[in-house]
Amino acid sequence: MILEEILSSFMGIFTDYTLRYVALGSAILGITSGALGCFTVLRKQSLFGDAIAHAALPGIGFAYLFAGTKDSLFLMLGAAIFAWFGGMITLAITSTTRIKQDAALGITLSVFFGLGIVLLSYLQSIGGASQAGLDRFLFGQAAALIESDVINLGILSALCLTILILFYKEFKITTFDSSFGQSLGFPIKYLNALLTSVIVVAVVIGLHTVGVVLMVSMLIAPAAAARQWTSNLKNMIILSAIFGGLSGIIGSMISSTTEGMSTGPVIVITITAILGISFVFSPKQGYLFRYIRNQRKSQTSLDNIKTISNTEKENHGNI
Amino acid sequence: MDQKSSKNNSEVENEYSVIIKNLSVTYRTEPALWNIDLNFPKGKMIAIVGPNGAGKSTLVKAVMGLVPITAGKVSIFGKPYSKNRDKVAYVPQRGSVDWDFPTDALDVVEMGLYGKLGWFRRPNSKTRDLARECLDKVGLSNYADRQIGQLSGGQQQRVFLARALAQDAQIYLMDEPLNGVDVITEKTILSILENLKKEGKTIVMVHHELQTVDKYFDWVVMVNRNLIANGPIKEVFTKINLDRTYQEKQRISIQ
Repeated sequence: MILEEILSSFMGIFTDYTLRYVALGSAILGITSGALGCFTVLRKQSLFGDAIAHAALPGIGFAYLFAGTKDSLFLMLGAAIFAWFGGMITLAITSTTRIKQDAALGITLSVFFGLGIVLLSYLQSIGGASQAGLDRFLFGQAAALIESDVINLGILSALCLTILILFYKEFKITTFDSSFGQSLGFPIKYLNALLTSVIVVAVVIGLHTVGVVLMVSMLIAPAAAARQWTSNLKNMIILSAIFGGLSGIIGSMISSTTEGMSTGPVIVITITAILGISFVFSPKQGYLFRYIRNQRKSQTSLDNIKTISNTEKENHGNI
Repeated sequence: MDQKSSKNNSEVENEYSVIIKNLSVTYRTEPALWNIDLNFPKGKMIAIVGPNGAGKSTLVKAVMGLVPITAGKVSIFGKPYSKNRDKVAYVPQRGSVDWDFPTDALDVVEMGLYGKLGWFRRPNSKTRDLARECLDKVGLSNYADRQIGQLSGGQQQRVFLARALAQDAQIYLMDEPLNGVDVITEKTILSILENLKKEGKTIVMVHHELQTVDKYFDWVVMVNRNLIANGPIKEVFTKINLDRTYQEKQRISIQ
């Protein structure tokens, strides 16, 4: 029954215009955040991704307040500026005060998010926000995506991925061994700023589909899942993009089967399921195969002990 | 007079590969290194010794401009580091990177060639072959495809040395490459460095084990925020200098 619905919604990608754009937009997000999220995870900056995603919310409010339009380009620009600002404030706090990064991230995340909520509720009280559908940026509402949105997202995504491909070698060395990269003459500060900017763009892409609250999982989960299957950075990025894209498509299909079901949370649950499967079933690091290997190992050592004690018994018998 | 001093300068440059003048490094308000005047001679194995927090790593990093320099000047073969980068190879502390990073031994060695490749150019079969040669030199050709986290501590250290060899430099700056490694690794590293020394290259190594200093090195630099002593082992590696270096608190002498 449910399977039938999902199947029909899968067919819907080819027949239903709305669903096609929803799925396409979600896939674009998944691919972009999946690929870039690898660096967030490897740099141990997952929380940084979370902070800049939350920091984007007031940007949407201000953009709407000042521009008075719900044109997605304006809103995305506002979101990007605030996300960037939030990221830079976090870095400034850690480098100029004695406050550690986790506390700095906590400060940025909650203050900006709080500001965003205040703005949205203010806009709601004057009767604009709900009309403009600004609240959908909290948890995302991919169902509202239209053709022009998807084209914008596609352009931004292509930009991010092009930068990633161009600077792959530089991003890799500065992520693995930044002081060595610096000694070779690569300008670490600029490269970090570039990478942060690209991640900001990925976050902005995600606002429509998963929203600011859940965005961080689109950065972390695909990368963490991909890492389970491979120990090669390039493969990890490709696999992570595939996982992200797949979860975008599957998630938007599932949510389209029930009226009013938010797309974002379903996409996040889908990618989490992929992560869970990877944790259990990946051949090298998965729990299942590790369990089997450990069982075998302990069985062999048990056998060895038995053989030894048997020989000892025989020897004693001889004596 | 003028001519004489310039001649002296070039003589100094002939003999020394790295010249450090009045170098001071400050972290926030804490001085890490104070007014260091120091030259590294060519064709020597040089140990940097001193207690924890004495600024040994900082000294090595300051040579490459990896830490902000408060005062002073460093020159590499008579030019600033930024002009002579390709003459310096660097081996950071093993603990400074995440060995769970998704990459293999060969790939890490290849990173030593990224500087020469420059922007946007990708590693190719040529860099791959060079990296393989260097991995072979440290005795790890069978581990090329091994995820770096699966290597032993000593093997990881040898991968780092191989990466520095790939840089094909004149000066090797190494941060505790012998710290906690196995006997085979220690022998391999020392014999490779011995060969580099014979080629006239400068080897500078932050070193922890005082017992082995006179066995492995020709030259010693003793620091504790200030420069305590600097010279051939026989002349300066003395009890008095050691006591001065390792005394509880080294006061910063401000002239």
